[in-house]
Amino acid sequence: MRGDAPPCQVQVPGSLGEALLLMGQEPGRWRPLAGGTDLMVPFAAGRLEATRFLSLQRLDELRAIEVEPGTITFGTLVTYSQVRQHGAVQRHLPNLVQSAKVTGAVAIQNRGTLGGNLANGSPAADSPPSLLAYGAEVELASVRGVRWVPYEAFHTGYKRTAMAADELLTRIRVTVPAPGFHFYRKVGTRAAQAVAKICLAAFARVEDGIVREFRVGLGSVAPTPVRARSVEAAILGRSLDDLPVRAAREALLADIAPIDDIRSTARYRRTVAGNVLAQMLAELAGSNGDPQSFCQPQ
Amino acid sequence: MNQGEMRLEVTVNGVPRTVAAYPMARLLDVLRDGLGLVGTKEGCGEGECGACSVIMDGKLVNSCLVPAVQAQGAQILTIEGLAQGGSLTRLQQAFVTCNGAQCGFCTPGMVLAAADLLRRCPDPSEAEIREGLAGNICRCTGYVKIVDAVRQAGAPPVRP
Repeated sequence: MRGDAPPCQVQVPGSLGEALLLMGQEPGRWRPLAGGTDLMVPFAAGRLEATRFLSLQRLDELRAIEVEPGTITFGTLVTYSQVRQHGAVQRHLPNLVQSAKVTGAVAIQNRGTLGGNLANGSPAADSPPSLLAYGAEVELASVRGVRWVPYEAFHTGYKRTAMAADELLTRIRVTVPAPGFHFYRKVGTRAAQAVAKICLAAFARVEDGIVREFRVGLGSVAPTPVRARSVEAAILGRSLDDLPVRAAREALLADIAPIDDIRSTARYRRTVAGNVLAQMLAELAGSNGDPQSFCQPQ
Repeated sequence: MNQGEMRLEVTVNGVPRTVAAYPMARLLDVLRDGLGLVGTKEGCGEGECGACSVIMDGKLVNSCLVPAVQAQGAQILTIEGLAQGGSLTRLQQAFVTCNGAQCGFCTPGMVLAAADLLRRCPDPSEAEIREGLAGNICRCTGYVKIVDAVRQAGAPPVRP
């Protein structure tokens, strides 16, 4: 062991109902454990306060990707490998497939889960920017009932979420976007394994040369993953012939609040986030409004 | 069995084994300390380096990140289980032929990651090999000979 693991208790509920009951009886006392790829690192090093875990390994009802007319819904235990390999996800949500491809490497992708990636609350996670760009929603379940929350409202602060102490993140739902422009770019020290210095995902729908739908999500540039509302406002309704790139870069500075840390500096992050935004807008402009030309197959 | 330990039943390299383990013990430690299978190495202990890679229920995993409780009932393949009856697999032989190991510490994980790749993708391109092995770090060789070994193992046998 790298550190002395504290004595701990682990429950392995056989159903979602059983898991929620346990969380309802002692709110906040049981730490949900999905694939373990995030939690096991601080745990084994003796840096995790939690000593009671709720291992979700038997909740098979949360492992599916469900495709219905107009929506794709991911159970919280869906792994990155499942995301990468799923045909409908590849066709409709290519940014999410890119996110899965750049999260760790194969062994992490086989174990790490989409729900865990969100619930862990890291601002540097790779899937949040894509889910923000697609306007996803998350389902929070407890013995009190089920509620759907816009994913944009899920992260409330650094490693803080909108989940109550007795709630479990159970599903992630994305409305299938109309044909359009998809963009995902992660900047890290290398393609695999590295945690992002900055990450940007975007989705745009263009009609008659005018940007009619546009969402941008960023990671590693604020205490939480963020939606770039000011950038979106600067671009929505504008013509592809005349996208205000400089104004969008200016607007971005109001949307992000990067810091210096072990992976990068605030200055680098502001500059490179602006560069990636400009690259994305150039690709959007170059796409000429033809959806087929820029919905890249993965 | 100490207080708080669980009775972990796993099939390792085809052999059913029972071992006492704390539920949050790392599978890596269960394999090495509990079952004496020290071919699986610990590098970073954080899921970054791949030295502890094993194949669990048909999937490549970092055994340093798998809590014992989640390995209950699993089928596990470690480096010790790859060669059958004392003869190396085609992949292991290719690592030997191509000098794909130097100090050897990353080799068990590297070979298992390569075996997993070849199962999913029997004749991989160089790009596919580099992606398949991206989670396995070698600090000696510079990867070229490792990639050569996997290419050789993946290439269709030459027909006369």
